[in-house]
Amino acid sequence: MAPLLEVRNLTVAFDTPSGTVHAVNDVSYTLEEGETLGIVGESGSGKSVHALSMVGLIASPPGRVVAGEVLFQGRNLLALSQRELFEVRGKEIGFVFQDPMTSLNPVLTIERQIAEPLRRHFGMSATAARDRVVELLELVGIPDAARRSKQYPHEFSGGMRQRVMIAIGISCNPKLLIADEATTALDVTVQAQILDLVRDLKRRIGTTVIWITHDMGVVAGLADTVQVMYGGRIMERGPVRPVFHDPRSAYTWGLLKSLPHGGKRGVTRLYQIPGNPPDMSKPPVGDPFAPRNPFATPRCLDEVPPLVDVAGSIPGHKVAAWYDLKAELAKQEAQP
Amino acid sequence: MSDMQVSSAGVPPLVSVQNLSKIYGGEKRFLGGNAPVLKAVNNVSFDIAPGETLGLVGESGSGKSTTGRVLLQLEAPSGGDILFKGQNITGLSKSLLKPYRRDMQIIFQDPYASLNPRMTVGEFVAEPLDVHGLSGNRSERQDRVAGLLRKVGLDPSFMKRYPHEFSGGQRQRVNIARAIALDPAFIVADEPITALDVSIQAQIVNLFQDLQDELGLTYLFIAHDLSMIRYLCHRVAVMLRGRIVEIGPCEAIFENPQHPYTQALLSAIPVPDPDIERDRKPMLFDVNANLPPETAQLQPLGGGHFVLRA
Repeated sequence: MAPLLEVRNLTVAFDTPSGTVHAVNDVSYTLEEGETLGIVGESGSGKSVHALSMVGLIASPPGRVVAGEVLFQGRNLLALSQRELFEVRGKEIGFVFQDPMTSLNPVLTIERQIAEPLRRHFGMSATAARDRVVELLELVGIPDAARRSKQYPHEFSGGMRQRVMIAIGISCNPKLLIADEATTALDVTVQAQILDLVRDLKRRIGTTVIWITHDMGVVAGLADTVQVMYGGRIMERGPVRPVFHDPRSAYTWGLLKSLPHGGKRGVTRLYQIPGNPPDMSKPPVGDPFAPRNPFATPRCLDEVPPLVDVAGSIPGHKVAAWYDLKAELAKQEAQP
Repeated sequence: MSDMQVSSAGVPPLVSVQNLSKIYGGEKRFLGGNAPVLKAVNNVSFDIAPGETLGLVGESGSGKSTTGRVLLQLEAPSGGDILFKGQNITGLSKSLLKPYRRDMQIIFQDPYASLNPRMTVGEFVAEPLDVHGLSGNRSERQDRVAGLLRKVGLDPSFMKRYPHEFSGGQRQRVNIARAIALDPAFIVADEPITALDVSIQAQIVNLFQDLQDELGLTYLFIAHDLSMIRYLCHRVAVMLRGRIVEIGPCEAIFENPQHPYTQALLSAIPVPDPDIERDRKPMLFDVNANLPPETAQLQPLGGGHFVLRA
């Protein structure tokens, strides 16, 4: 079966007064139907830009897709007109963005805002849309849905608003739901509830999900496949277990190691990745993580490593590295 | 509750907060009626021993940042006392407060908004020295700034540059350099790592610890979750809607949390391990349904561990 989404050599740049920013560099991957892909990266990793550029949501200029294809159900989205993309967005690909406080219109009722894509894409009658809105609100766990649907955004808490955003995202039964830092602005206890809701929705309606976040912990609980991005490139990718338990990119390894693992003050010191994130306005040369990588080889600095299968790991586990992290770590361990 | 000793035994506290309150609203409105009253900080008491780090944890709206600001007299408290080195500094005039200002500094969350874009990093770090007349002559001033930048892990040559040339982590280092310029005893760090990239957070957490070891600093470390607290803090206070619901040594809070809210906060930290995280059910805690009653008091559980109970 053909994959639901196939991204081929996607490259996106922004032309700014201070030079060209190379935001996404030669990103390729496939996503199967029903799969949940967690994309992890920090600011400037290209994780959000790559998703927005797939559906024509980056401002152009300054943004431009330099190269690549995005095949969604066999159709190249990058070749579609904005009018055609209008039909795809919301209907076939749903979105949930980071900030539930600013992404809802404050002067429209919740019902109006959830019904909008339904009426636009399916030409639903007002009554039919109303019923569907209540159904959706119940699905995302908003109590007293019929009454709440008549209310305005300010009457909802942050967590409830994000539930509304998810309801809008899934309202048209999209084939693919893209969530970009959807829980980052929320309190931690609310985040835990939203993640639980998404896990539950996946089980019940089987949506394919791309979950973009900077939080390894969030991905661990949600994703089937994890894709680690840095400097506009995929550093490592694979089923969650091998990536978390047997990382082969020094960046993934460093990220996991630098997180608190129940260590105590004065007893354990947090591992820190040295250096600073790359300056994306410099033309990309070599492995973007090389300047911060203690295991980097001379080759890492001037040649981009391809994303290849990890020898001796689970199928689908891929890494872009010229060095052999496992061998390096073993060497380190052997030294006293 | 004011005579409660919630500090490491033996040493007199550096900072002592007693029954602190900050209430917003309540004033007469133009069209009649009173503005709604919000008790942002509601009868909060704690001590911080010299050289200690107290973590103050709570979600948005819990009053944790307000507590930090009122503590530093950046806002006037509505009630209660703040003792610094045994002196009551509540309600002191600006000029009387100035000598204390040297000793108490704050570091804010957003390293992008807290630097002045028109000042070089060197000028920004030297500004507190100038204000307190401690900068000396030109070369002394330059030496001090260079020393401060080195202390926070920045190259002294950076002092001629402007903030926009720096990454988030470097900017936060600049803020820290400025905060320690006057050799303070006490620093309030208000979510100093929240806005930083994941790969940078550990660097800053370690820097906080190194500076504490080197300079004997005392911290109030404000955070919205408990994930980094264990690495940084000796004790933790958990705030909920303006009240401290639990306070105690890190060990007690992490190993033996008593308040349901603390338990919910702990269970909400996503664990970066798919085997653990997969089937974990978060503990639900509805804040509105579980507001601590006004009559609730912090009850001692032994070992400096207290929990709010009716």
